[in-house]
Amino acid sequence: MGPVPLDNDLVKRYRARFGDGIREAWLDRNQAILVVGVDRLLEIAIYTRDEEQFGLLVDLTAVDWPKRERRFDLVLMLYSFEKNERLRIKAHVGENEPAASVESIWPTANWLEREVYDMFGIIFTGHPNLKRLLLPEEWRGFPLRKDYDILQQDEAWVRENLGIESGQ
Amino acid sequence: MPVGANVETTVLGADEIILNMGPQHPSTHGVLRVKLRLDGEKVVGSECVIGYLHRGVEKIAEHRTYTQFAPYVDRMDYVAAVSNGLGYCETIEKLLGAEAPPRARVIRVILTELQRIASHLFWLGTHALDIGALTPLFYCLREREEILKIFEKYCGARLTTHAFRIGGLQYEAYDEFEKEVERFCKEFDARIDEYEDLLTQNRIWVGRTKGIGILSAEDAIAIGATGPVLRASGVEWDLRKAIPYAAYDQFQFKIPTGKNGDTYDRYLVRMEEMRQSRLICLQAIEKIPTGPIMGKVGKVLKPPPGEVYHSIEAPKGELGYYAVSDGTTQPYRVRIRPPSLINLEALDQMVRGHLVADVVAIIGTLDIVLGEVDR
Repeated sequence: MGPVPLDNDLVKRYRARFGDGIREAWLDRNQAILVVGVDRLLEIAIYTRDEEQFGLLVDLTAVDWPKRERRFDLVLMLYSFEKNERLRIKAHVGENEPAASVESIWPTANWLEREVYDMFGIIFTGHPNLKRLLLPEEWRGFPLRKDYDILQQDEAWVRENLGIESGQ
Repeated sequence: MPVGANVETTVLGADEIILNMGPQHPSTHGVLRVKLRLDGEKVVGSECVIGYLHRGVEKIAEHRTYTQFAPYVDRMDYVAAVSNGLGYCETIEKLLGAEAPPRARVIRVILTELQRIASHLFWLGTHALDIGALTPLFYCLREREEILKIFEKYCGARLTTHAFRIGGLQYEAYDEFEKEVERFCKEFDARIDEYEDLLTQNRIWVGRTKGIGILSAEDAIAIGATGPVLRASGVEWDLRKAIPYAAYDQFQFKIPTGKNGDTYDRYLVRMEEMRQSRLICLQAIEKIPTGPIMGKVGKVLKPPPGEVYHSIEAPKGELGYYAVSDGTTQPYRVRIRPPSLINLEALDQMVRGHLVADVVAIIGTLDIVLGEVDR
């Protein structure tokens, strides 16, 4: 149980191609995880789709680790129809550090990156329409960050738009 | 305007207008707002505005224990609560390294397949209603009611069932369970024929659905569409076969696919899926193993640190859960991959070139539930 270092053929191919662009490789509950440098994310994504045949971007999300120097994990869940295999690619992203959008590689990332921006405040460069997906556009704050309390809300927005003191 | 962009990005042509549809509109199946950019009555672009039903389910998960969070997932896709629960329970079982016993897994399959039929019935009824066929709704809800009665007898709830527990089941199947499922399945075959008599050759139905909202296989994969939407585009891919979970590897069934990826094909695929689900149920009740219904999981769930992604073939597509544990009793993060949200993303490219009335048909054919889109 728990993550163990992984060094299979797939990881070797990635390491041969991208060198230290591949920071870590793990196997957790039998699922492969690659941790890559965020600055190389785009070229790694293109390689992953075209050479490794991971044609379906199943999901794109983030996890917040506020104590870490680069606090966010950007997580890409991938699936290959040809190999019937899953792969998870992660990149550590700092609070004010933009990440490259993968929308041009997997169009489905359009809304998924908007949701990550909406909930975590990660900026994606090259995204055609980066704005909030679920919350109102004028909302301030990013709810899925760990320092955003579960009862917290944008009170100014609630007062102005709903005409009530508090939504709680 | 480019796909996926803002409808106001480029200057409107002299003949173009922007028309707002929803969020209070009967055909949007909840609170979906679509901004349509029209040239006459032809759609040249669209943009979805969502989030009206956003409850922050993923945030709530971080403040509940693993067990406490389980009922919340029923409230996402509220017409297929059993499927949501199956996905969540199996994910946490994987995170714990536990497994549900064989008896629990087969009962899970039966209930989930019944739920798939119920969800497809609700889709068929409302989709046909949107297009102007009133009768199928009454027929579909009549059969759906039978399934809800089985759920009610099994666990006391009809819609937000919370039927499963992490590690297995809380309730043993009731005495008449197999008999009632069998009776439903035996009768249901003729009922599907009835729906097909009403629609499959119906000239209005064919005229309103054939060639409408075509999505090619490449486009469907690129946009991340899964479930019947992907299969109707000709991709024979079903998680129940590709990466079997629960007890699906024990049963024989086919994956129906379409050829043209239009609204009519998606209709045919879902009709055939109901027949296949019925066959799975009939096989499953024949061989429910005996034994315990609850596996070995502690009273207090504390998964070892780490993470897992697990997904199931929900009625609407791939429903995935990504759970991260930090070794405490509460999840560090739960991400839910909602099939409805990602299928809805394809709406923009599907409606282009069609009329406003076809937008209604295309929203219906995507089979979205806003509770799941917004979470």
